Amino acid sequence: MQALSGFASGVLFALGLALGGMTQPGKVIGFLDVAGAWDPTLAFVMAGAVGTFGPLYRLISRYASPRFASAFVVHATWPIDAPLLIGAAVFGVGWGIAGFCPGPGVVSAGTGAPEGVVFVLAMLLGMLAFRGYERLRSAAPAARTVAAE
Amino acid sequence: MEHFTPWMALAGGALIGLATASVFWLQGRLAGISGICGGVLAPVRGDLGWRLGFVLGLLAVGVVGVRVAPQAFSVEAAPSLALVAASGLLVGFGTRLGNGCTSGHGVCGIARLSGRSIAATLVFMLVAGVTSFVLRHVLGAG
Repeated sequence: MQALSGFASGVLFALGLALGGMTQPGKVIGFLDVAGAWDPTLAFVMAGAVGTFGPLYRLISRYASPRFASAFVVHATWPIDAPLLIGAAVFGVGWGIAGFCPGPGVVSAGTGAPEGVVFVLAMLLGMLAFRGYERLRSAAPAARTVAAE
Repeated sequence: MEHFTPWMALAGGALIGLATASVFWLQGRLAGISGICGGVLAPVRGDLGWRLGFVLGLLAVGVVGVRVAPQAFSVEAAPSLALVAASGLLVGFGTRLGNGCTSGHGVCGIARLSGRSIAATLVFMLVAGVTSFVLRHVLGAG
């Protein structure tokens, strides 16, 4: 049931991306590249999404719990720290190179386009690399302590 | 690029907002795509099914959509596969370090007026714009 509802949400999400032109990297690059023939589409897609989700988020938050889980899980809204800003910048470089962000990338992989498939495989590799980096980082202070002794 | 259709863009955005709301209503989660993919890579019991379903839903629209309306799924503007691979690596690493992407920060976070998400969105938009400019107008690639 949960997998099925997740599937339905994913289909709806991808249809929204496609309708909004976001499954065409050209439309995304057209927005990001203000020096080219500027295409404001992406701003309208985001406005439509924020304008729809914003009120619904407030409404749904009034429920005691979600349908299929015990509690709502939301992220901290503060503080703005270095990992957030550096991560956003690294993502921005990647996004600016090809015009793929994760959602449209996965949809493109579904079309079988080599660009989409390569993007998603590389993205998953990047995510695994981050997990490795995190493990190293959490191991580092302990290693230093041992060395100090 | 040739055809800017504001109403289609708004309607597409509204569908994305509805999909995001459905995930929040059913799973109690904010549907950031990078987070959903990250959760598939590091599965937690009882939290995997909807994530896998969601990703399969995205893929399914690609599989069917490209046969029905190929133009809407055209990736002809994408750069060389080597650049696409580099882009994917950066997107994967960056979205995990920064805890979100266009959907998680750009849609969910801004809708919640999260200071973190507003800051992240400004940064990745700006950096993506500069990257795109340098790549296409200074280096002449892409």
